[in-house]
Amino acid sequence: MDLRLTREEIAFRDEIRTFLCENIPEAIRNRIAEGRHVGREDYVTCQRILNAHKLATPNWPVAWGGRDWTPMQRYIFGEEVQSNNVPDPLPFNVAMVGPVIIAFGTEAQKQRLLPPTANLDIWWCQGFSEPGAGSDLASLKTRAVRDGDAWVINGQKTWTTMAQWANWIFLLARTNPEARKPQEGISFFLVDMSTPGITVRPIQLLDGGHEVNEVFFDNVRVPADALVGTEHRGWDCAKFLLANERSNIARVGISKSRLRRIRALARAVPAGDGSLWDDEDFRHRVLQVEIDLKALEMTQLRVIASEREGSRTPNPASSILKIKGSEIQQATTELALEIAGPFALPYHDPEAEYPDGANDLPEGFGWADTAAPTYFNYRKTSIYGGSNEIQRNIIAKMVLGL
Amino acid sequence: MNFELTDEQRLLRDSVDRLIGPAYDDLAHRRRIAAEPPGYSRELWAKYAELGLLALPFSEEEGGFGGGPVETMLVMEAIGRGLALEPYLATVVLCGNLIRLGASAAQREALVPAIADGSLTLAFAHLERQARYDLFDVGTYARRQGSGFVLEGEKSVVLYGDSATKLIVTARTEGSRRDPQGITLFLVDADAPGVSRRGFATQDGQRGAAISFGSVAVTESAAIGTVGGAGPLIEQVADIAIAAIAAEAVGAAAALHALTLDYLKTRKQFGVPIGSFQVLQHRAVDMFTALEQARSMEYYAAMMAAETDAPARRSAISAAKVQINKSARFIGQQAVQLHGGIGVTMEYRAGHYFKRLTMIEQAFGDTPYHLRRLDAGGGWLDAA
Ligand SMILES: Cc1cc2nc3c(=O)[nH]c(=O)nc-3n(C[C@H](O)[C@H](O)[C@H](O)COP(=O)(O)OP(=O)(O)OC[C@H]3O[C@@H](n4cnc5c(N)ncnc54)[C@H](O)[C@@H]3O)c2cc1C
Repeated sequence: MDLRLTREEIAFRDEIRTFLCENIPEAIRNRIAEGRHVGREDYVTCQRILNAHKLATPNWPVAWGGRDWTPMQRYIFGEEVQSNNVPDPLPFNVAMVGPVIIAFGTEAQKQRLLPPTANLDIWWCQGFSEPGAGSDLASLKTRAVRDGDAWVINGQKTWTTMAQWANWIFLLARTNPEARKPQEGISFFLVDMSTPGITVRPIQLLDGGHEVNEVFFDNVRVPADALVGTEHRGWDCAKFLLANERSNIARVGISKSRLRRIRALARAVPAGDGSLWDDEDFRHRVLQVEIDLKALEMTQLRVIASEREGSRTPNPASSILKIKGSEIQQATTELALEIAGPFALPYHDPEAEYPDGANDLPEGFGWADTAAPTYFNYRKTSIYGGSNEIQRNIIAKMVLGL
Repeated sequence: MNFELTDEQRLLRDSVDRLIGPAYDDLAHRRRIAAEPPGYSRELWAKYAELGLLALPFSEEEGGFGGGPVETMLVMEAIGRGLALEPYLATVVLCGNLIRLGASAAQREALVPAIADGSLTLAFAHLERQARYDLFDVGTYARRQGSGFVLEGEKSVVLYGDSATKLIVTARTEGSRRDPQGITLFLVDADAPGVSRRGFATQDGQRGAAISFGSVAVTESAAIGTVGGAGPLIEQVADIAIAAIAAEAVGAAAALHALTLDYLKTRKQFGVPIGSFQVLQHRAVDMFTALEQARSMEYYAAMMAAETDAPARRSAISAAKVQINKSARFIGQQAVQLHGGIGVTMEYRAGHYFKRLTMIEQAFGDTPYHLRRLDAGGGWLDAA
């Protein structure tokens, strides 16, 4: 057992860090650090820079533009992206649908869809959840019916993240309502959102931002090759995808970046005769979260080390990463809210360019207005990607055998 | 001890509930009202006046309702339940009590009737950017000039300061910036020359303003209470306000808990109501316990808000605020969690309660602040 990074791994980390800092526009990285709105163009810009250097899809096979990296190198890369405030390569593309197409798609689907998916020429969104099918995803009602050499889709998806920016959607639809188990009659489809019959309605979240949507399908005709994998076996693809989604959900790098910022802000915020950072109790509260994060990082490394290469079912202990990762992210937002104190009150449109400074502290910070919205918004982290209650059910059953 | 309401109090509670309860049931309506100046319903405000709510803290001799902390509590609970937008806290609780306890008879005679009939709204311009929660950290300065004063300084987060017709401004007439001594209250017309206001929406759909005072001339008679001696009054009224928002928090948390219970009974996943999952039952029970603990401290705060022994009042109010904060956070977060996705949207009521509860936590001292204040007072149990 040696828990230190090897010399090669350190060199690798430094190389990635330098690359990111030199190539990803600073303005975008600053907006992310400050918890401000990042636009579609910003995501596209960053992903294209990464992709031009074969860094957008390192988890894919080399033949499709991936990297022959060790799990450790992949981890280091993800961590450097997040802790340097670079937007993650779009998870819907890179971590979700890309690997599904690679694992289950036809050669033609791969040829046609993977290169634009890597380059964010296609922006994917995830059409799984429905009003009646959240935690109980397998109860979904959206229907796909075969009609000659086409499929006709009818139904509704909801909570579809960034559907307003997406041009393709991957979705689950029921193809065999008579199947013995609900999971058995579902298929996985890849759909161009410009197909007639698709409408997107925004849902405003608590921070005031437009992040999720409802997506309606009204007699949407898609070609036969919109199906990926075997008919009625879409649940296999979904399980494979959700497992990938979960193992990427700890977001250690993001919490690290947020904690660094918390330290910096606390030093700059006046309190009494000095700054908030002079308050020992406050420092201890920050340290408690930092310790939690360190432990999570080590847990994540252990999960990575235990993952066999090529395994399709990640360690069920990855549910721990989801639970702790979301709790720590939420704890960082609580600290930021505490720093902002009474100055968290003013509201600014999160999508506006920059606040008017009504809330600037004497030092010139315009940061306090993002504290409450981020706190509100991050409640989502214990709900999406399989709620924390569902993750606990998984651990109780799969790990503890209860 | 008697936890029973009197008949009159019950009558007050019922009529306030009838007025405020359904007023903002429709969230789209609430959003429309919040978006248009003054950010609340003038019509509803007039009805508050008709019911006597705006006269609540003032004595009957001066045209008031003669209500105490329990009456204020009943009104604030209804405001919490109803997600009401009217500037009751700013005008009646904060400024009303500053006037009731600090103003001269002549000042009261001029102000109370106008507050009571709804024509005068007020805002307490106190908090400054560097002050955080320190009530005595006042950098705004009032310089003597002739028989009056000239105000100079900036106030940061003034609740409903953008629409108020008059402001009660704290300014230093002597001493250094964090000196508890030397602070004076001034009544200033909101549109007086030199006053400039920048209004903003708040996170919970209400209104606030940043206000600057550039060479604002006021007369000696604009001072409320003794010149240089406002410190204790400010603290007392802040404590009264904490008791009031404690009640608002309980009203909001109780409504949020009820909403969550309803959802647990009606939302189905895996073919059953999600309320049949034991883990969610226990969570709902923990929320209920947190609510009852908060309610107990709400009553305790109401009881102690009028306490004249300042150290005893201070400890009680700080203890109450800590409990309210803890319960508000737990109930708010868990209500959202138990609702799943619908809980984090603006299209559903739960999130609005959660946001208001969060802002109540941030108001008049957060938990670390009040723990320190309680600790400084020695707590209230002696060592064995
Ligand atoms: C911001 C955000 C973005 C999202 N983005 C997407 C997206 O892009 N694409 C997509 O398809 N979906 C997305 N989702 C949907 C997300 O996956 C669902 O919200 C989630 O699965 C929970 O479903 P639900 O909201 O219907 O809650 P419900 O399933 O109704 O759950 C309500 C409550 O019941 C609990 N519960 C449910 N079942 C059990 C059980 N068996 N035992 C114990 N407790 C239980 C839950 O934990 C929760 O607390 C997003 C959600 C959010 C909030």
